[in-house]
Amino acid sequence: MKIAIVDYGAGNLPSVERALRKLGADTEIATRPEQLSAAKVIVLPGVGHFSAFVEGLREKGLTSSLRTAYDSGVPILGICLGLQALFASSEEAPGEKGLAFFPGEVRALPKNVKSPHIGWNQLERLQPSKLLQGIPEDAYFYFAHSFAAPAAREYTVAACNHGFPFAAVIEQRNLMGVQFHPEKSGEAGAALLSNFVEAVR
Amino acid sequence: MTLARRIIPCLDVDGGRVVKGIEFEGLRDMGDPAELAARYNREGADELVFLDISASRDGRATFLETIRRVAEQLNIPLTAGGGIRKMEDGQAVTRAGADKVTVNTAAVERPDLISELARQFGSQAVVLSMDVKRVGTKWEIFVRGGRDATGIDAIEWVQEAVDRGAGEILLTSIDRDGTCSGFDCHLTAKIAATVAVPVIASGGASTFEDFLAVFQQGNADAALAASIFHNETRSIAALKQFLAERGVPVRRKA
Repeated sequence: MKIAIVDYGAGNLPSVERALRKLGADTEIATRPEQLSAAKVIVLPGVGHFSAFVEGLREKGLTSSLRTAYDSGVPILGICLGLQALFASSEEAPGEKGLAFFPGEVRALPKNVKSPHIGWNQLERLQPSKLLQGIPEDAYFYFAHSFAAPAAREYTVAACNHGFPFAAVIEQRNLMGVQFHPEKSGEAGAALLSNFVEAVR
Repeated sequence: MTLARRIIPCLDVDGGRVVKGIEFEGLRDMGDPAELAARYNREGADELVFLDISASRDGRATFLETIRRVAEQLNIPLTAGGGIRKMEDGQAVTRAGADKVTVNTAAVERPDLISELARQFGSQAVVLSMDVKRVGTKWEIFVRGGRDATGIDAIEWVQEAVDRGAGEILLTSIDRDGTCSGFDCHLTAKIAATVAVPVIASGGASTFEDFLAVFQQGNADAALAASIFHNETRSIAALKQFLAERGVPVRRKA
């Protein structure tokens, strides 16, 4: 099963690609709509600014093919900014539209905590999870972000807390998302990506 | 659920080798970057910082090749710096596989560099390195490897850098660097209280107690050291066990 890694123009794709290949997954970098239309599995990595991300997707004509892929049940995994882009909007870019697969707004971390939230943090498990299966409850994952999605019950399987409880791992139907960087999270991150590869195989 | 305090080995690279400056002797070869990186990864390092200390253009190309080789096998974050003077330099190291870019002298000379990098890569990928020395009653910024005074106040500079989008501060005490007399906890606590981004303390580490002090008294989010980890007498795993037993949250490998 080939995994299409979406390239919107500014993400750090090589480390995600390398991590998936190490697990034996077949990958391709997707920059054109027809690649996403043909994709059986999609990974949406991202770093940087919310508006650069959604504008990048729009300019490459990828927004509607992502929508079609989502509607037809293709598994999609958003990483970091890729998770945030699944939401309707973000405080980072007022007025800008996200993919809106989930309702709600991505919010800035509050002023009473250090921001960006950088470093290794643990998760609170809220629901059974495919991605976290077999990974110790106290495992650490590497986070690097200043904005986060609210930890609503209907999609959050694991939350983290930095200023407010936010969605760290999302699973709902064919949508998955992680706020941390599994490709930078040592063995725990590799185990999560391995669960993903197994789940979509 | 706790954000762990991080332990970050720093590797100076010249001509594709990790080197260490020794007084009266110059540079000593400490080993192959990829091999050292793999060892630190195994021992539980939370991130790695690679600094290019070569001055030549050839050295630059070799450094990028080193970053590529190291990134190839690393599954923890990698910061690269040394000689990042413009946006293209930042792009070159991130394309080679670095997750974060660190800037020092060039940012003091042209603060816009911080803004440009933050716009391109996001604040979480921009680390401001600052070399600070106590001068009279204030803390002053020094550049060019800590050799040249600037007259700039460290507190004012760190505020400006964060306003411009620096997402993390790598704070080196020149007074302590290479002295093995411990981190400057007073300076670290002052910077940590000034800005709302994480602070990585550096300079002076020699014992496990030094690390405990910089986390407990200096309020550092992370601590960086070079040579004490290079010789294998003090492993990162042992340091983390020491810190965990004293109540400092650290990431332990299973």
